[in-house]
Amino acid sequence: MMDVLPYLVAAWIFLVGCYGLATSRNLIHAVGCLAVCQAATYVLLLSVGYRHSGTAPVFADLTPHTRPVVDPVVQALALTDVVVGATVTALLLALVIQVAKRHHTLDPDELSELRG
Amino acid sequence: MNHLLPLVIVTPLLGAALLVAAGRFVPRPAAEALACALAAATAALALHLLLHAPSPVIDWLGAWTPRNGHSVGIVLHADRLALGTAALVSLLVLAVLVYSWRYFDEPPRKHAGSFPALVLLFQAGMCGFVLTGDLFNAFVFFELMGVVAYALTGYRVEAAKAVQGGLTFGVVNSLGAYAMLMGVGLLYARTGELAMRHIGAALDARGAPDALVLAAFVLLLTGLLVKAAAVPFHFWLPDAHAVAPTPVCMLLSGVMVELGVYGTARIYWTIFSGPGGIPPETVAHTLLTFGVLSAAVGALMCWYQRHIKRLLAFSTVAHTGLFLIGLALLAPEATGGTALYLIGHAGVKAALFACAGILLDRYGSIDEYALHGRARELRLTAACFTAGGLALAGLPPFGTALGKAVTEEAAGPWLTALFVLVSAVTGGAVLRVAARVFGGHGTPPAAGEERETSGEGERPETEQQLTRVPATMLAVPGVLLVGALLAGVLPALHSAVGSAADEAAPGVTVALTPPHWSAPGILLGLLSAAVAAGLAVLAVRRPQHTRSRHWLDPLRLLHSGHIGDYVAWTLAGTTLLGALALTGLL
Repeated sequence: MMDVLPYLVAAWIFLVGCYGLATSRNLIHAVGCLAVCQAATYVLLLSVGYRHSGTAPVFADLTPHTRPVVDPVVQALALTDVVVGATVTALLLALVIQVAKRHHTLDPDELSELRG
Repeated sequence: MNHLLPLVIVTPLLGAALLVAAGRFVPRPAAEALACALAAATAALALHLLLHAPSPVIDWLGAWTPRNGHSVGIVLHADRLALGTAALVSLLVLAVLVYSWRYFDEPPRKHAGSFPALVLLFQAGMCGFVLTGDLFNAFVFFELMGVVAYALTGYRVEAAKAVQGGLTFGVVNSLGAYAMLMGVGLLYARTGELAMRHIGAALDARGAPDALVLAAFVLLLTGLLVKAAAVPFHFWLPDAHAVAPTPVCMLLSGVMVELGVYGTARIYWTIFSGPGGIPPETVAHTLLTFGVLSAAVGALMCWYQRHIKRLLAFSTVAHTGLFLIGLALLAPEATGGTALYLIGHAGVKAALFACAGILLDRYGSIDEYALHGRARELRLTAACFTAGGLALAGLPPFGTALGKAVTEEAAGPWLTALFVLVSAVTGGAVLRVAARVFGGHGTPPAAGEERETSGEGERPETEQQLTRVPATMLAVPGVLLVGALLAGVLPALHSAVGSAADEAAPGVTVALTPPHWSAPGILLGLLSAAVAAGLAVLAVRRPQHTRSRHWLDPLRLLHSGHIGDYVAWTLAGTTLLGALALTGLL
C-alpha cells in the first residue's frame, strides 16, 4: 500500500487541480490551479526516484556503495520542471493582469469576445 | 557524433539572447536584419546536415555517452525527417521575419529586439523539439515553444482579445504539457531511461504492455494532441489564432500545430511500436478516431466562420485531422504522403495568413462581411489568396495535392471521400472569402448573430493603417506559394521525402517507390478543387447566415471561449483516448 500511495497522491493532486481549473470563477485562481496540476508532476517524479531508506545523492560525506541513495536524475528533472513552472506561472499571471486591465474583470464567465 | 548538430538549436537561442541584451541600443533594421541572418544560418545548417551528413546524426551532449547500455546524458537524434522538419521550421521563421520587417508599431519600451528575439526563441524551441532524442528534453522544448507562443500571441497587450486568447492558449497547452510530463515520469519509472530509443528497447525487453505503459501512452499522447489541436483538444487553437499577430499565426498554423503530429509519430515509432509497446491496430484506430473527428469538426466550423483568421484556424484543425489519419494508416506510403502534405500545407497556410494580415493592416478589419468588395484594388493579394484557397482544396500540382493524393491511395475509398470533402470545404471557404472580399460578388449578408466572433473593430498591427502594401508583405505569400508549388513538382524532393519517411518509420526494409503523381490522384485533386469552387459559388449566390437558427448552432456554442469548458473538454478527450487505447488492448 505504501508503495502505491505516492502515485495515488500524484494522480489525486493532478485531478483536483483540473477540477479547480474547470470550475474556476477567477483567473488568478485558475493559474494557481494549473500550478497545482504541476505540483502533481513533482510528487510523481520524486516518488519514482525514491529508494527505501535511501539518502540524498551527495557523495561529499558518503562513501559510494555503503548505503542506498535516491535517484538523482529525477531530482534534476524536478528542478527543471520547477523552472518551467515558474516561467509559465509568471507569464500567465502577466497575461491575467492584462486581461484585468482590458476587460475589467477576472471572471472567465464574463469574457465573451471569442466564441462560435 | 556530429558536433554541428546542437548549433541548429544554439544559433537561434544565442541570437535571441543577443537581441534581448542589445536590442535597446540598436536601431530596428539592425535588430531585424540580425534575426533574419541567424534564422537563415540555422536553415542553412539544417539543410547542410540533411544533405551532407550520414543519417542519422547523433550527438550525446557534453559527451555523456551511454555506458553498458545505460545513459544519463541527453542525446540529439536527427534522422533526415527530423532535419528536414527543422529546415522547414527555419525557412518559415525566415519568411515570417521578412514579412514582419518594419511591421509592428514601435515595440514596447523602445526595445527593437523584443519581437525578433521571441521569434528566434520560438524557432529554437521548435528545432529542439524536432531534433531531440530524449523524452524529458522533448517536454522541455515542448514547453519552451509553448511559453514563447503564449507570449507572442498576447504580444499586443493593449488588444483585449489577444490577451484573452493568449491566456486560454497558455492554460490548456500547459495542462497538456504536464500530462505529458506525467507520462515521461511513468516511463522513466518503468525503464530507468530517458533516451527514447533506450526506453523503447527496455519496454520490448520486458514483454507485453501493461496498465502503466498504457497510462504513459495516453498521457504522452494527451500533451501532443493538445499541441496538434485534435478535436476535442482543439478549443484553444481558434481563439489563439484569431487574435495572435499575423506573423505569429503563420508560425502557429504553419508548423507549430503540425509538430504535435510529428511528436505523436516520433513517440509511437521510437517508443511504442515494438512488442512491449502499444499494438499497431490500437494505435491505428485511436489516431483514426481523433483524425476523423478533427477533420469533420474543423471543416464544418471553418465553413461557418466570418472572422477570416478564425476561418483559417479551423481549416488548420481540419487539415491536422487529415495528417493524423495519414499517420493512423501506419503504411509507409501514407507516411511519405503525409509528410509531403504537411510541407505543402505549411507554405499554403502561412501564405493565406499573410494575405489576411494584409487585409487587416490595410482596412482595419478582418471580417468577411465588413470587407465585402472593399479589397478590389489589391489584385496581387487577391491572386495569392485565391491560389492559396485552390491549393488548400488540393489543386494539382501543388504539394498539398500530391501529398493528399498519395495518402488517399493508401487510405481506401471511405477515407478518400473524407479527404476530398474536407479539403473541398476548407478550400471552398477560403474561395468564398476571396470572391466576397476581393471580388465583391454576391450581396453583403445581413448582420450576423451575436454569439459569433466577428472580425470588426480590429486594430491594424502596423504603425498606421497601410495606404499601400509594402513589397515584403506581398512577396512573402508569393514565395511561400511558389514553395508549395515546387513541393508538388520536384521529383527529387518527392524521393527525398519518401525515403526520409521510410527511414524514420520502423519496419521498412525495402526501398519503396517515392510519392509520385498518378492519374486517379490528379483527378481526385481536380475534383476537390472543382467542388471547392462550386461551394464558393453557391455560398456567394445564396448567403447563409440570414436564418436565425442553424443546425450547427450546438456545435458552435461549444466553442464558448471559457477556460473552464476547455479544460473539461481536454479531460474528456483524455478519457476518450484512454478508452480507445484500452479497448484495443483487451
